[in-house]
Amino acid sequence: MSRETLIDLLYLFSATTFILALKGLGSPKHARRGNMVAAGGMLVAVVATFFKYVDGHSLHHVWLILLAMFIGVIIAVPTARFVKMTAMPQLVAIFNGVGGGAASLVSITEFIHIKATHPATYVTLEVLLGVLIGTVSFAGSAVAFAKLQELMTGRPVTYPGQQIINGVVGLAAVTLIVTILVNSSTPLLWILLALSFVLGVIFVLPIGGADVPVLISLLNAFTGLAVAASGFTLGSNLLIVAGVLVGASGILLTRLMSKAMGRSLSNVLFSAFGSVVTASGAETREDGRSVRSGTPEDIGILLGFASRVVIIPGYGLAVAQGQHVLRELAELLEAKGLEVFYAIHPVAGRMPGHMNVLLAEANVPYEQLLEMDEANSELQTADVALVVGANDTVNPAATDDKNSPIYGMPIIHADLAENVVFLKRSMRPGFAGIENELLYNPKTTLVFGDAKDTLTKMVAAVKAN
Amino acid sequence: MHNVLLQYATVLILTAFVGTEIIAKVPSILHTPLMSGSNAIHGVILVGSMLILGGATTNLQEVLGFLAVILATLNVVGGFVVTDRMLEMFKPRAAKTKETKSDEVPQ
Repeated sequence: MSRETLIDLLYLFSATTFILALKGLGSPKHARRGNMVAAGGMLVAVVATFFKYVDGHSLHHVWLILLAMFIGVIIAVPTARFVKMTAMPQLVAIFNGVGGGAASLVSITEFIHIKATHPATYVTLEVLLGVLIGTVSFAGSAVAFAKLQELMTGRPVTYPGQQIINGVVGLAAVTLIVTILVNSSTPLLWILLALSFVLGVIFVLPIGGADVPVLISLLNAFTGLAVAASGFTLGSNLLIVAGVLVGASGILLTRLMSKAMGRSLSNVLFSAFGSVVTASGAETREDGRSVRSGTPEDIGILLGFASRVVIIPGYGLAVAQGQHVLRELAELLEAKGLEVFYAIHPVAGRMPGHMNVLLAEANVPYEQLLEMDEANSELQTADVALVVGANDTVNPAATDDKNSPIYGMPIIHADLAENVVFLKRSMRPGFAGIENELLYNPKTTLVFGDAKDTLTKMVAAVKAN
Repeated sequence: MHNVLLQYATVLILTAFVGTEIIAKVPSILHTPLMSGSNAIHGVILVGSMLILGGATTNLQEVLGFLAVILATLNVVGGFVVTDRMLEMFKPRAAKTKETKSDEVPQ
């Protein structure tokens, strides 16, 4: 067997481990092992690559490669180890961005490398697509990171003529690609690189807050596709398989997330949702109905008489760092013989499934985490729905009010439960900036204050009973 | 030459279908690890970056390749480590009770 065949076989092995890892994610039981298998597969691929021939000679600059890897490892390991779980979306955004950046750099270098050989048009096209998509992913992820890290406002950034400007830049990029296909000009490639960067930035600016899970999924898909494009250029099946797998997962998650918000993908990407706030945030409405507020002690007593409690956590819980106290409360209630579940909306948090990770970190067993549909059937027989730091995801306007901007979004029907308890910091509306009718429902009791404080007081109240 | 393109396109189409089938089965509680795990997988661009740096003949190519290897390593290592850390936290109920008990003994 020749050296090249052996290396290709090892690559095939790696590609298989990637598929196995994704398969492992089908259940929390096998997921961790799957991830380790993929990491092993990756290591095999990297080691095999050291023995590969490029243009008929063995790899140059082996020490330089090792040095670069060493730099990467010493930055990546501590960052990945010590970052807080609430900061996970930023971290995933940044790791995604650097992947896109690497794919773009590979494509650029490959362009310079193959230009002299007058490659076929389709080869140049693959390279240029790699540059475009990779760079958009890199720049877009950087802006998403800045938004999530609160280095800039998390709300949509809008300015007059935004759509038109974005359209013009996009069109310019396409024109540039066509021009480079014809004349293979390197200076124009640099302009394309700059333009792609600008495109990535202005594309992400108008997307904010609760729409970020969709954005992160989409950027993930972009990097996958950029890697697949590099795979075509370099003639590597491994890169094509890995890139397409990631592309497929990103696209699937993007669609799931937009569906979970009841909106089309184009609406999420282009409507600058949440930049207008219509809710008054008043405790008494114009029609005279007002909210009923209670103390943590009241709720402690209410829970004492309940037998089934469904907890509906939102991102506000994570902001208040209240996950651990919440789990303590749930365990206390369970010890008293109550049934307790957590109802997780798919877009709770800042990336797909984020809330599950935050609760898992607080040692909530995964059997207690219910998906939306399951949760809604449990809520029909629940005595108390405890809404902690969520708002839009339980807003009945999504089903009742055709004029509401969130109409059509699947929600967790907290209003099905006998009693609804809202832990809220203030009457301030949620991300969608609209009034929540449920707050004024006679079933509803509001407890104002910091979620963590309130939960701590509730724990004490339940213990006292 | 075009046969090669066809072969890559075949791999692409088949992987797209296989990938969609498998990923559709991932439950929503694991969507964050799915995202960060697939993130680590696209770090395979490290292989491409190594080939670029290993085949570099000009200073410009060396610089670009060097940067690419750093970025790709960040992607791959960071991605796998963070996914492992996340998946470690997902525990079933049985293991949990044991753990809480052993936590409480010293108190």
